[in-house]
Amino acid sequence: MTQPLVSVRDLVIGAVTDSGRKVDIIRKVDFDIQPGEIVALIGESGSGKTTIALSLMGHCRPGCSINGGSIRLADHDVTKMNEAKRASLRGTEVAYIPQSAAAAFNPSQRIMDQVIEVTHIHNLMPRAEAEVKAVELFRALALPEPETIGRRYPHQVSGGQLQRLSAAMALIGDPQLVIFDEPTTALDVTTQIEVLRAFRSVMKASGMAGVYVSHDLAVVAQIADRIIVLKAGQIQEVGPTREILEKPQHSYTKDLLSAFDPVPFASVKTAEAKAVPPILEVTGLSAGYGPVRSGEAEFKVLDNISFKMEKGTNLGVIGESGSGKSTLARAVAGILPRYRGDVFSQGEALSPDLKDRSKDQLRRTQIVFQLADTALNPSQPIESILSRPLKFYHGMTGAAREKRVIELLDMVQLPAAMRHRLPGELSGGQKQRVNFARALAAEPDLILCDEITSALDTVVAAAMLDLLKDLQKDLGLSYMFISHDLSTVEAICDDVLVMLKGNLVEALPAAHMSQSAQHPYSRLLISSVPKLDPDWLANLEHDPELAKAMMGR
Amino acid sequence: MHRSLQTWLLVAQRLGVALITLVIVSFAVFFATELLPGDVAEILLGQAATPEAVAGLREAMGLNEPAISRFLSWLSGLATGDMGRSYVNDIEVADLLGRRLSNSLRLAVVVTVICVPFALTCGIAAAMWKGSILDRLVSILTISVISIPEFMVATLAVLVFAVWLSWLPALSYGADASNFGALLKAYAMPVITLTCVVSAQMIRMTRAAVIETINTPYVEMALLKGASRRRMVLRHALPNALGPIANAVALSLSYLVGGVIIVETVFNYPGVAKLMVDAVATRDLPLIQSCAMVFCVSYLSLITLADVVATLSNPRLRK
Repeated sequence: MTQPLVSVRDLVIGAVTDSGRKVDIIRKVDFDIQPGEIVALIGESGSGKTTIALSLMGHCRPGCSINGGSIRLADHDVTKMNEAKRASLRGTEVAYIPQSAAAAFNPSQRIMDQVIEVTHIHNLMPRAEAEVKAVELFRALALPEPETIGRRYPHQVSGGQLQRLSAAMALIGDPQLVIFDEPTTALDVTTQIEVLRAFRSVMKASGMAGVYVSHDLAVVAQIADRIIVLKAGQIQEVGPTREILEKPQHSYTKDLLSAFDPVPFASVKTAEAKAVPPILEVTGLSAGYGPVRSGEAEFKVLDNISFKMEKGTNLGVIGESGSGKSTLARAVAGILPRYRGDVFSQGEALSPDLKDRSKDQLRRTQIVFQLADTALNPSQPIESILSRPLKFYHGMTGAAREKRVIELLDMVQLPAAMRHRLPGELSGGQKQRVNFARALAAEPDLILCDEITSALDTVVAAAMLDLLKDLQKDLGLSYMFISHDLSTVEAICDDVLVMLKGNLVEALPAAHMSQSAQHPYSRLLISSVPKLDPDWLANLEHDPELAKAMMGR
Repeated sequence: MHRSLQTWLLVAQRLGVALITLVIVSFAVFFATELLPGDVAEILLGQAATPEAVAGLREAMGLNEPAISRFLSWLSGLATGDMGRSYVNDIEVADLLGRRLSNSLRLAVVVTVICVPFALTCGIAAAMWKGSILDRLVSILTISVISIPEFMVATLAVLVFAVWLSWLPALSYGADASNFGALLKAYAMPVITLTCVVSAQMIRMTRAAVIETINTPYVEMALLKGASRRRMVLRHALPNALGPIANAVALSLSYLVGGVIIVETVFNYPGVAKLMVDAVATRDLPLIQSCAMVFCVSYLSLITLADVVATLSNPRLRK
């Protein structure tokens, strides 16, 4: 057996928390990477996957330090090197592809200068030669206009292109190891496919080894040879990709996998629902930003949207970033006044601006935002956050209000003692539950959920969805569920609206989305969702021309 | 570097805003001075003046006309370069101001030439080696200098360099300025004092702006490409921190024209700030107004310049 390219032994990385406490965030991690092998580091946020990946470059984020163990990369002992020696490895022996290429490109320099910077720093080759090599890489990564794209500034190319350009930036120095740090997480599914394909073919052609950091098992299944499952800074399970997917040993891996299982959604819709007016009816709604001139907003976002929601049913809204799905929720809620069309709640017309709606109309429709971190006031304890709607809508005070706060916390399965805490003292999933309880406090009929599980880890998000379903049964709620994630929508909705560039493409029954999709865009979107099958990407018949035409890229 | 039409439009827009601001400011300056207590005619004629004589003088000086018409004629005068005549000395305000302004500007230019490169170097170096001994030393020194009032710095400088050591003349103006060495000596103390005061702010703001850009993902990316600390800061962080740095520099420098009254007084330096204080004492309205306008113009032009630099350095506006 050949010597592994990378050997990590007993790695311990410590961090200093905000309160000055020292904790070990990586505890005794051992693994090897063979030359040409792609190893995935899988885990939820805070599991230490990025920290381990960066330590292979001898880099720790501020506040962290390598406190023990050894990292060997080829013939170099990274842990024993000084900073200057480590710098000489970066870009030539080991290279990095960041999570958000949009943030990792310097906005004030042309792309070409940044892509070939590695060759300049390490004196690898003359500039002209480096540019030729960069153009070859651009071509290999299937970038448009490979000859001239380097002359642009980062803000002049799309997110998916930037992500591929960052791969070119990593590969220009012919490293032996490439670190992919969640490189497709910030991309839309249809873009993700192009990027994954480009990565796969380039890695295969070059024979470089890779570390692929991700929280998404389905994405990892397409590119990795071996998977390392991490939790709380420790390795839970290691194995070849197929083995991990088919015969997981560890319970955490099983949890991760089961989050992918389709959960059949049993609708709570009853026959009598048809008798009452629809909980939400939208006809010809158009909304946009900027000043309204001659009945049209300057920047139109939504164009002529119509749909209907029966009481007790859930409506999913899917689409890629910029398709206008969040704007739709905001226009229905009246945060962004529509400039055309009508919105009816249980047969009653709602005025465009929420300022003109009655308190009861406001109470009936509540919105829950994606990021609980920014939606909850960080300096108010949970009790006052939940008390506000109770006082505003129901005039509750004193002991009755406190009792209701405890009830609300109980509904979202949080202990009563939590009401004395500040949002910052809660975990991400707990914060999102409080965020949801705040909407429940108004006792609404319809809750607009704007990507409420997108920022949560897979397992936490699955629990959140279960909670939503239970509450629906108990309280007879209806949800309008906005998400970019099809499986989430599938798990909780009766019907699904597919949106594209501010237009409603088609409405589909959630249970048979892929079978009943007629419109090419819906089909493209549905087929782009990665599957756990490692052969999925290779077998996918995907027409890049269609994707281009649909997305206007 | 190519700039799009849009960039130049933005710059033109910014200049237009500056011009409008100037008109509003002139309005404020004129009517604020109108509110000053006391009457020029009374002060000029002294306590023994008869009411008839005061009334006659008011009439002769045009003080009885409505304020708005005096404002308009003053503004149109300003626009054509006519600042009016001083009530007290009966000299053209432009002449009075011109001499003093050249004094003030000379001091300001000398301080700027010394202080801007010094402050930028210190600020960037402190940011580059954040947390090092150098950084801490710079931070302690700048905070101390900001905390000590400038009259204290000035007085101490006089005490040490002029009285105890007798190295430098205590008064700058009228001192021997026959050769370069003597000139250097004459300016040394006001320049040292002002450099201390002005550069401290500049260093702190530059350091903060550079550190903020150092914490961005693209600078971390540069680190992961194997760039040295120097390259990270100078090539990647600094160009993106130019906007805030230009603003910090402009704010500090604007102080050199109008805010140096204490320094001018301590070193008996005949600059514009001192002229204005004297004018207030004698209710010399045209002079006060002109001085105030000079301060406003210099302040506005510095801030406008900083904004234009920030606009031009914004990569998103490049083609």
